[in-house]
Amino acid sequence: MKPLLEVKDLHVSFHTQAGVVKAVRGVNFTVNEGETLAIVGESGSGKSVTSKAIMKLLPEKIATYDSGQVLFDGQNLLEAPERRMEVVRGSEIAMVFQDPMTALNPTMTIGKQVAESVMKHQGLSKKEAQKRAIEILELVGIPEPATRVNQYPHQFSGGMRQRVVIAIAIACNPRLLIADEPTTALDVTIQAQILDLLKDIQKRMGTAIILITHDLGVVANMADKVAVMYAGKIVEEGTVNEVFYESQHPYTWGLLKSIPDLDAEEELYSIPGSPPDLLHPPVGDAFAVRNEFALAIDYKTQPPMFKVSDSHSAATWLLHPKAPDLSAVIQVKERERVAVAKKRNRLIADSSPIIQVKDLQKHFHLSGNKQLRAVDGVSFDINRGETLGLVGESGCGKSTTGRTIIRLYEPTGGEVYFDGEPIHGQLNKGQENRMKQKIQMIFQDPYASLDPRKKVLDSVAEGIDIHKLATSPKDRKDIVQNLLEVVGLNKEFMNRYPHEFSGGQRQRVGIARALAVNPDVIIADEPISALDVSIQAQVVNLLKDLQYEKELTYLFIAHDISMVKYISDRIGVMYLGNLVELAPTKAISERPLHPYTQALMSAVPVPDPMEERDRERIVLTGDLPNPMNPPTGCRFRTRCPYAMEKCKEIPLWKEAEKDHWVACHLID
Amino acid sequence: MKKFIVVRVVNIILTLVVIASATFFLMKLLPGSPFDEEKLAGLSEEARTEFYAKYGLDKPIIIQYGIYMENLVKGDLGTSFYFKGQKVESLIKDRIGPSALLGLQAVILGMSIGLILGMIAAFRHNTAWDYFTMFIAVIGVSIPNFVFAALLQYYIGLKWGILPVAFWESYSSSVLPTIALAMMVIALIARFTRNEMLEVLQQDYILTAKSKGLSKWSVIFNHTLRNSLIPIITILGPITVSLLTGSLVIENIFGIPGIGSLFVDSIKVNDYTTIMGLTLFYSAFYILTILVVDLLYGIIDPRIRLTESKG
Repeated sequence: MKPLLEVKDLHVSFHTQAGVVKAVRGVNFTVNEGETLAIVGESGSGKSVTSKAIMKLLPEKIATYDSGQVLFDGQNLLEAPERRMEVVRGSEIAMVFQDPMTALNPTMTIGKQVAESVMKHQGLSKKEAQKRAIEILELVGIPEPATRVNQYPHQFSGGMRQRVVIAIAIACNPRLLIADEPTTALDVTIQAQILDLLKDIQKRMGTAIILITHDLGVVANMADKVAVMYAGKIVEEGTVNEVFYESQHPYTWGLLKSIPDLDAEEELYSIPGSPPDLLHPPVGDAFAVRNEFALAIDYKTQPPMFKVSDSHSAATWLLHPKAPDLSAVIQVKERERVAVAKKRNRLIADSSPIIQVKDLQKHFHLSGNKQLRAVDGVSFDINRGETLGLVGESGCGKSTTGRTIIRLYEPTGGEVYFDGEPIHGQLNKGQENRMKQKIQMIFQDPYASLDPRKKVLDSVAEGIDIHKLATSPKDRKDIVQNLLEVVGLNKEFMNRYPHEFSGGQRQRVGIARALAVNPDVIIADEPISALDVSIQAQVVNLLKDLQYEKELTYLFIAHDISMVKYISDRIGVMYLGNLVELAPTKAISERPLHPYTQALMSAVPVPDPMEERDRERIVLTGDLPNPMNPPTGCRFRTRCPYAMEKCKEIPLWKEAEKDHWVACHLID
Repeated sequence: MKKFIVVRVVNIILTLVVIASATFFLMKLLPGSPFDEEKLAGLSEEARTEFYAKYGLDKPIIIQYGIYMENLVKGDLGTSFYFKGQKVESLIKDRIGPSALLGLQAVILGMSIGLILGMIAAFRHNTAWDYFTMFIAVIGVSIPNFVFAALLQYYIGLKWGILPVAFWESYSSSVLPTIALAMMVIALIARFTRNEMLEVLQQDYILTAKSKGLSKWSVIFNHTLRNSLIPIITILGPITVSLLTGSLVIENIFGIPGIGSLFVDSIKVNDYTTIMGLTLFYSAFYILTILVVDLLYGIIDPRIRLTESKG
């Protein structure tokens, strides 16, 4: 069979002021009619650039296609004139972008945005195009398409906007759909809806899909074939089963192992270091410096693609017939990691609460007498030395809860106790200082949360200065140097500025800053969501290490449920300002009681293709209700598959099993 | 929407009251008047009293203020101290014509050329086109318009004799002052258009539009231009006001009987009532333009559009 798309030895460079960045360095792959190829990689791996190069959508002035071919249906698009490309774009190859909030023109009705494409490619009149737009919007699951067709993007939720973006893409029945991180900006229950929609469209129209993503769970769920990219090259490709179950490249191993598996007893695997700078690509294998199995030849010569089977190949010297057998080494390393994890997972000796939150409320007053009840009566304890995970979708109030505890937001009501002492209401100077020292926060965005004009030394030492913890300037410096070493940074870094660091390093600086004042409790607000998969694992391991060494208590707020499960002892689930379930991690993973928790857990794609294929997923219908005007009674009842008359009353917060709290009328 | 308009109108009235009061008292605080002691030196005591009474200057200031405000409500801006027996409102009416014509022409000319230059610069970013346009923009902003005016008068008016050098005689008299006024508008609009378009061209939705296979021009006109307009409209408001209400310098250079020259004249002779009247007129016009700009925002950007039902 002739492939639909064949990319041969594609090279793309960007000509920047700093020099030439070789973003794509010889990529080969094929896509057949109707199949899904997933291209996996971290940021900067060249996966997005490759996908845009296929449609020649890279910025003309700085990007050059140095060599290679993009054969679509036999024609080399790289040599096609712009006129031809205008026909190909939209009608034969279409694209779905990552962020639905910015991918739609804010000043044009969505109907017109869909119609534009059919008018251009199918020559329909304005009226016919509008009619067609309504049909397509209906197809992608927009309710009441005839009215909504005249609305503007800001009148749609994120999930609905992504449906519109998909509608635009499929408007002319393209043969190939390129989806660039199509669900990364969405909540997990909405992600499940969008993935289902893409599969449904593929089934109906026979569209081939190139799925660009960093999320291996999504890959396992969607892909027929997988290509793993690293530093502008494909390092491994094969069918989804081959790549997940028989991976050959150490980078693929690393990626797969750095995803937490709840049952595993070993430490989370993390790939050391960070990806190379493609301004100066390394001579040999770009992955060699991060590869714990690197051979001498890796540093000198780039490995060719070795064939493992007809469909499976990988670029690593380990597949060379003369390469050493590693199975023994791997086993030893595995045992080491189990030992580390065992040491860390000590029992919580002391189960007395260090933080008690009682009926906490935070209401924001908005213009026009409107009120947003971001946190509306949340109660929980955090025990000394434990990690409490707080999960929920955007807008559920999890971050606000964290910030209100530490009084970045002044609570509207409720009580918070630290170590038995109230930290709500009026505090005297001493109490306030103690609270601000003993409870620290780590923020989501390591770029935005460090002052760009301050040296790392001064950023980290800020708390030390405020709480007067250093006896002399030399002492201050020593403390900071020590902290940097603790979080795994070179102590020389203290004289550098934040822009000189990578994202993962910056987050380490953020952690060092939080640790500087010897806190007892750390509130970590989405601390890893801005980081790449391999870097996430590094930071999570660091947090676990620090917890063990410094006897810290964590409130870990995140939307990535698998990571929360891995790090937390107990998990609380929030929905629209309420806590709906709170239980030990094992209990909540195995027997979630609240229907929302069940849906949330089931929506998370697991990085295991076989399991993904077999399991039944609970897909919630609809969007999150407007938090300004939440449903009465149980707030989940508008989306709950089991909703009944009684749910119009507010459910009680009760202990269904030992330590397993839930607010649901089904549990009585 | 109704509520919005009502609130805005009340705001406008309040603002005007404050401005009227402020100008009134500031004028009273200033030393000097058209009826200074030395200027009235030749008059008898009796005539002097009569004179003050005629203009209401014999009463306490607070009473004068009351009368002034009362007249304002009736639409009476008072009688000029200088132009004999003329009401200020009729002075403005006589003089607004030339200023408005010049201003309107300059805004339209400046806006069209500025937009085109800005778009060319944005789409030919970092090419000779871009540099040339931005060179013009810098010149337009940095060289004062009276220099342009003088150059235009010398070459086109005197040397080549194509158009009238000055005075307000026929329509052709308006051409040179219009061009002189438009220079700055061209420069400002070109600069803003270029920067705003470059910003919009970076947006994701432009990539979406391109990925639909739309032609370059369709992307420019249907997706880029409208999204670039908001900041341009924002600066266009004040520009329009200052041009329509007359340019002090340009009207003087070309000898045009407009509002600008009226302003200059009345300040020279301390004609309080005219100065106050013009200030008020200027403010009212400005506030109205801001209202129009706000309504235009809503038309251009649906996110700013006001809805009645929501909430």
